[in-house]
Amino acid sequence: EISSSTEEAQLFVEKFEGALGKGKGKKFYAYKVMMTKKWMKFQRDFENFKTACIPWEMKIKEIESHFGSSVASYFIFLRWMYGINMILFGLTFGLVMIPEALMGKPYGSLPRKTVPRAEEATAMNFATLWDFSGFAQYSVLFYGYYNNQRTIGWLKFRMPLSYFLVGVGTIGYSFMIVIRTMARNANEDGGGDDTSFNFSWKMFTSWDYLIGNPETADNKFASITTSFKEAIVEEQESRKEENIHLTRFLRVLANFLALCTLAGSGYLIFFVVRRSQKFALEGLENYGWWERNEVNMVMSLLGMFCPTLFDVISSLENYHPRIALRWQLGRIFALFLGNLYTFIIALMDEINLKLEEEKIVKYNMTIWEASLYNGTIPENSTAPPIQVDPADVPRGPCWETMVGQEFVRLTVSDTMTTYITILIGDFLRAVFVRFFNYCWCWDLEYGFPSYSEFDISGNVLGLIFNQGMIWMGSFYAPCLPAINVFRLHTSMYLQCWAVMCCNVPQERVFKASRSNNFYMAMLLFILFLSTLPAVYTIVSIPPSFDCGPFSGKTRMFEVISETLEHDFPSWFGKVFGYASNPGLILPFILLMVTTSHKSLTSSVQSY
Amino acid sequence: MWRKTRREGQRPPIKVTLRKEWWDKNQRSELEMGNKQTIFTPEQLDAYQDCTFFTRKEILRLFYKYRDLAPQLVPLDYTSRPNVTLPYELIGSMPELKDNPFRQRIAEVFSESGDGNMTLDDFLDMFSVLSEMAPRDLKAYYAFKIYDFNNDDYICKSDLEKTVNKLTRNELTPEEVSLACEKVIYEADLDNDGKLSLEDFQHMIIRAPDFLSTFHIRI
Repeated sequence: EISSSTEEAQLFVEKFEGALGKGKGKKFYAYKVMMTKKWMKFQRDFENFKTACIPWEMKIKEIESHFGSSVASYFIFLRWMYGINMILFGLTFGLVMIPEALMGKPYGSLPRKTVPRAEEATAMNFATLWDFSGFAQYSVLFYGYYNNQRTIGWLKFRMPLSYFLVGVGTIGYSFMIVIRTMARNANEDGGGDDTSFNFSWKMFTSWDYLIGNPETADNKFASITTSFKEAIVEEQESRKEENIHLTRFLRVLANFLALCTLAGSGYLIFFVVRRSQKFALEGLENYGWWERNEVNMVMSLLGMFCPTLFDVISSLENYHPRIALRWQLGRIFALFLGNLYTFIIALMDEINLKLEEEKIVKYNMTIWEASLYNGTIPENSTAPPIQVDPADVPRGPCWETMVGQEFVRLTVSDTMTTYITILIGDFLRAVFVRFFNYCWCWDLEYGFPSYSEFDISGNVLGLIFNQGMIWMGSFYAPCLPAINVFRLHTSMYLQCWAVMCCNVPQERVFKASRSNNFYMAMLLFILFLSTLPAVYTIVSIPPSFDCGPFSGKTRMFEVISETLEHDFPSWFGKVFGYASNPGLILPFILLMVTTSHKSLTSSVQSY
Repeated sequence: MWRKTRREGQRPPIKVTLRKEWWDKNQRSELEMGNKQTIFTPEQLDAYQDCTFFTRKEILRLFYKYRDLAPQLVPLDYTSRPNVTLPYELIGSMPELKDNPFRQRIAEVFSESGDGNMTLDDFLDMFSVLSEMAPRDLKAYYAFKIYDFNNDDYICKSDLEKTVNKLTRNELTPEEVSLACEKVIYEADLDNDGKLSLEDFQHMIIRAPDFLSTFHIRI
């Protein structure tokens, strides 16, 4: 029926399409038609190939049929992030790490590429490597290893230019893809907080056709019944006026408690950062593992426990679950934002310290060089330089590598905390509840602690903030996208297993369906926030004098003007000089903003 | 009012699947869908890709699902277009449909004869409309047909009552059911004839934020 009518239509078109081209143009027209057909076939094959490449489809489907589409939406989001990180990894690995590793000077040839003599003894220890110092620090993984030579190798690869452009390109690509996804999602979002079709929507859109599991179906039937009963009760009675003061008081109290928690966590991080600066001044060797990693551990632990605390506080408020979820998301967002902000302030403090240190080191280096010659040669003479082993040259404190290391350590400790939380909080809890239920006084499965539910908002926010870290740190640590790809890959498998094995479906299977674009908006906001510190450091802080691809310049972006001078004809430089006038750039930016806003709104209206 | 009430009997499996189980489950589907499939002619596959929203891989996957319902009835060679129809009982026992309270209506709407017995074309058509790629208008049209139990091109009060009872497994009292149906007609009936026409239904469902994500079966 369908296939046969399609076939008839195709036969008809084939019979008559040759006749549409007239006279001399007939052959060319036939050729054009054939090329169009080939192009369509190629497009279709490419689509087939693309869908074949999408990983984890079956896993997500299984989770969807057990837990509903809101839990599955987290995994779809995770998969999308994985795709973005793969592209970022491709850029940093292929255009930055590989060229330096293959064509740059090898390890040991320059001071910046060698482990200093003082640290040589411990450089290969597992503890040092886990901390990303020692050999890991003096490798392509971090900023400090890269040489500032303008071109390297026989290909004349412009390393500093490539480093700069990849840094800018990763941010640009991320912006583009997040905005494009938001535009696409905006299409699908129907109405707003419409209550004009309350019952109709309950009747026709509450059953989730994705459910393929009897337990979830039972849950769903129960929640639909409850939802209908509640709506009917609301319809039948008028709202009782008493207790509104109590409700208001409880809500004010809950907000006050939440604010206290946020303030407490902010102060705790501030306090811990101060302590770590004190430790650093006294020398980190005197302290154990906890003191060295205090800041990271405290941030991760706060991120683990505070959301649960907010959950408990929100039970005072007695809101509709959808509104309660929004408050919860808002509070967790504020918590993570506060942590991030404090972390950045701490980093800026350390950068300033290192810049001060650099001045002292530069001064000491002149003294050291003079001591090499034993003061026998007067100034301004051209004696041949004495050969010194690169490991013995005194080093400046490379602040960029330090920043990169901090971000890498934070990412690693965050990952470890997440995995341990899953293993203990979900798996061990489920094992305990299942096997100790027989010999316990109350029903563990029914009351406290029972099996855990999958916390969608907490996980999504964790993912978003983790990505913010990656965006902030990948300019200074090209290895970060690679680490993140590995982390997301293992996360996917671990969380899929944990969800299927230890979690129960949520009781209230309601859908925070408009959260999709809400999460995208948060991601965009975090992307914007993450680029600010990187841009600030690029534009206003001078790069270290002895490490990294921009050493020796007064500002990092000078690599652009240098490239224009050397590699492009002179008239190009003049044109660029005129074009980079602020009077032209500002209108251009405004034009881009208005075009993107228009394209967003038009894609919404075109539906 | 919003306090949670725990329901009994929720026990997650807490088992760690061995890799072999996983491999066996996925092996057949991945190996058999290489490039040298002999079930359909290339023209048939192209026609299916034109008529549905599916790619080649998904069409083959659906074919295997169809065949798994009755391996002795469905041949492995469709090049000669055999006239095979599977009865509703087999269709309704599919994992994707067996928990759906509306599976009988879905099968009836998409089957050619209207009795729920489906050929492969009907089967593909059904999943195509219910897939992610189908546009909102198409889904709204078929949703209307599904919820129209007596096939009179209107969703009247009796259709609504049947829908509510299927959704709540008859746990609401008749007064509650009646109130809910009256509210629906009050909200959505634009031409005031006491029942929902296709236009009323579409006008209401297009604005629903959850419609696209719930009226969706992933294969």
